[in-house]
Amino acid sequence: MAPGTGKTVALFATCINDTMFPGTPIAVVKVLERLGCKVVFPKDQTCCGQMLTNTGYFKETVPIVKNYVKAFGDYDYIVGPSGSCIGAVRHQHPMLAERAGDQGLKAASEEVVKKTYDFTEFLVDVLGVTDVGAYFPHRVTYHPTCHSVRVAHVGDRPYQLLKAVRGIDIAELPDADQCCGFGGTFSVKNPDMSVAMGSDKARNVKSTGAEYIVTGDNACLMHITGIMHRMKAGVKPIHLAEILAHTEGDAA
Amino acid sequence: MTVTESRPRLTPAPPSGTYLGMPAFPKAVKAALDNQQLRKNLHHATSVIRAKRATRASEVRNWEELRVAGEEIKNRVGRHLDQYLVQAEKAMTDAGITVHWARDAEEANRIVIDLVKSKNTPEVVKIKSMVTQEIDLNEALEEAGVAAWETDLAELIVQLGHDRPSHILVPAIHRNRSEVREIFLEEMKQWGTPAPEGISDNPPELAGAARTHLREKFLRSKVAVSGGNFIVAETGSLVIVESEGNGRMCLTLPETLISVVGIEKIVPTFEDLEVFLRLLPRSSTGERMNPYTSIWTGVTPGDGPQDLHVVLVDNGRSNVLKDPVGREALRCIRCSACMNVCPVYERAGGHSYGSVYPGPIGAILTPQLRGMASAVDKSLPFASSLCGACNEVCPVKIPIADILVHMRNKAVEKKREHHPTVESLIFKVVAWIFAKGRNLAFIQRFSKLAGKLFKKRSHFGPLPWPASGWSNARDLPVPPKQTFRDWWQEREEASK
Repeated sequence: MAPGTGKTVALFATCINDTMFPGTPIAVVKVLERLGCKVVFPKDQTCCGQMLTNTGYFKETVPIVKNYVKAFGDYDYIVGPSGSCIGAVRHQHPMLAERAGDQGLKAASEEVVKKTYDFTEFLVDVLGVTDVGAYFPHRVTYHPTCHSVRVAHVGDRPYQLLKAVRGIDIAELPDADQCCGFGGTFSVKNPDMSVAMGSDKARNVKSTGAEYIVTGDNACLMHITGIMHRMKAGVKPIHLAEILAHTEGDAA
Repeated sequence: MTVTESRPRLTPAPPSGTYLGMPAFPKAVKAALDNQQLRKNLHHATSVIRAKRATRASEVRNWEELRVAGEEIKNRVGRHLDQYLVQAEKAMTDAGITVHWARDAEEANRIVIDLVKSKNTPEVVKIKSMVTQEIDLNEALEEAGVAAWETDLAELIVQLGHDRPSHILVPAIHRNRSEVREIFLEEMKQWGTPAPEGISDNPPELAGAARTHLREKFLRSKVAVSGGNFIVAETGSLVIVESEGNGRMCLTLPETLISVVGIEKIVPTFEDLEVFLRLLPRSSTGERMNPYTSIWTGVTPGDGPQDLHVVLVDNGRSNVLKDPVGREALRCIRCSACMNVCPVYERAGGHSYGSVYPGPIGAILTPQLRGMASAVDKSLPFASSLCGACNEVCPVKIPIADILVHMRNKAVEKKREHHPTVESLIFKVVAWIFAKGRNLAFIQRFSKLAGKLFKKRSHFGPLPWPASGWSNARDLPVPPKQTFRDWWQEREEASK
C-alpha cells in the first residue's frame, strides 16, 4: 500500500522518546508509513503523566489528562511505542478524572482510551500484520516490560513481530518476567533496591550472548542499559520499533 | 509496663526495639541487600514456592472463576460486615463458644491474659497466627507472667532464635538449615527438652528435634491460643488450615482454646468456604490441599477443649473499611503468594518492612492499620516498583499496585497538608511542563543544549546530588541535539 492511503494514525511519541530517544518515534513513523498509514503528530501532546500519578500527585496530573484528551480526541487511532505510557493512559486517566470529580473529563477520557493502542497492538490487531518487512541480522534478547504485559496487556504480540524479522537471532532471556527494577521514581526513591533488581536483569541479559537488549519501553531500557553501560558490558539497547523499522536497505 | 530486670524471662526474648522505631524502607534494605546469605536463602525459597504455586493454580480449569468468586464473597462480607459479625456471634454463642470483642491490640491482649490467668496456668501453646503477631500477644503474656510457646516449626525457629518473623507463611524463610541447627542446639536446652547431641543439619533430624521439644509442651499445656483462617457466619464454625499437625494438637489436647480472629475473617456460608479452601493452599504452599483442615463448631462434650473462646479483633480494620479503595486489602486471606512473587520482597526480606505483614500486602495493609506517622510506615507505599506481579497471583484479586498508588497519594497529601514540600514543588513544575505541548518544547531547549555541550560523549557517569540517586550505579545517556518534535517540524517544512 502506498504511504498515506491507509489509516490515519495519531502518533503519541511519549515525553521520554520525544526528548531523549527520538529514534524510536521516528522508527514508528517509518514502519507505519511503510505499511501505508498516514501518520500525524499532534503538537499539543506531552506525556501520560504516570511519573506524577505513580508518585502520588493525582491533582497535578489532571491537566495532563485534559491535555491528552485535547491533543488526541479527534483521532480514530492513537498509537504510542510504550506499553507503560499506553497502559497508564488506559488504566489511570479515567480514574484521575473521577478522583478530581470531573465527570465530563472522565467520559471524554474513556472515549480516547478506547482508541489508544500500543504500537505492537496496532500492528498485529488493527493492521493485521506480523511481518512488517524488517531485516535485522543480529542476536537479540527481549525483555517484556512489566507494564506492557500486566497493564497494557500486549501479550505475545512483540514476540510475533520479532520472530517475523528476517535474519534475527532471538535468544531467550532467563527470568524474563521479572521486573528490571526501574519503576519510575522508584529508581531514585529506592535506588539500592532498584539497582539490585537491575543488576540481576543485566546479568541475565549478558548471559544470553545477545548484542542487543530489546524492549517496548525506553524508560526500562534506559535503566537496564544504564547499569550495563557502567559495567562496559558491550550490549546495546534498542527499542522494538527500531528493529521493525530496519530493512535490508539500511546498513546493518 | 516492661519486664523487670530481676525476673528471668519465661520465653526467649525477641530482638530489642520496636517495629515502629525502624528506619524507612530505602534505608532498611541496605543491610538486607548486602547480606549474601539472606539473598541466597530468599532467592531459593521464593523461586521454589513461586513455581509450585504456578503449577497448582494452572491445573485448576476454572481458577480465574474461583478468584472472582473469592473476590466477590469477600466484598459481600465487607459490605455487610456488621450483619455477618452479629450473625456469627449468635451462631458461635449458641454452639457454646464465648465471644469477646476487642477494639484494639490492648483490649485483645487484656481479654486473653484474663482468660489465661483465670485458668491458673503458667503457659499456653500457640498455633501460628498473624493477628496475635500483629497485637504482640506473646510479649503481653510474657509481661503478665505467662509463657506463650509457638508450636509451628518455623515460628519455633523464630522464637528460639530471638528473632522476628520475616514472612507470613514461612516466618523463618530467612534462615537456612545450618542456622536452624545452631539455634536448636543453643536454645532448646534453655527452654525445655534439649536438641539431641550431635544433631546434624539434615531437615528430618531438625524436625524430629522440634517434635520432641514440643511434645512435652503439648501434653502439659492446659490452654491453647490460636488464630483463625475463617469463621463461617451461618454456623459459627471456626476453620484453621495448616501443614504440620501442631495446630491439630493445640486444638484437641488442651482444656481451653482461645481463638483470636480479625473481624474480616468471616465467610457467610459453608458453600462460600469451599471457594477459599481451594484457593488458599494452592496460593500459599503450592499444594492441592493442605494436610490439616480443622473445623469446629462449639463444644463437643467429652471431646477436645471444653471451654472455647473467640476474641474478635478490630485493631484498625473498621477504619480501613471506610476507604473505598484501600479496603480491598481486607479481602486478604494471608496466603503470601504476593510476597513469594515480589522481586522487591525477594531482595529485601521481611524484616525491612518493619511490620508483621511484609511484602506487597504488608506495604498496603500496614500503613492502613497503623497509619502513616512513623518513618517506616510513610515509606511502605513507595516500597514497590509497581511491576504488578502480585496482582496476578492474588487469589482474591486485590489490586495491590493500584492500592499502592492510592496510598502514595494519601502519603503525599498528608505530607503537604500544612505547607508544600520540596518534592511537591518539583512536581508542580513537572506538571506545568506536561500541561501543554509548548511548555514541553520550551523545556526541551535545555535538554538540546546539554546535547550540544556534551556532544563528544554518549553517557554521563556519576553525577553529584540530586542526580546521584540515579547515577551512582547507572550511566545516563546524553540527550540528543534534536528532539522528535524538531525532527517532525523539519520534515513537515521540507515537504512543503
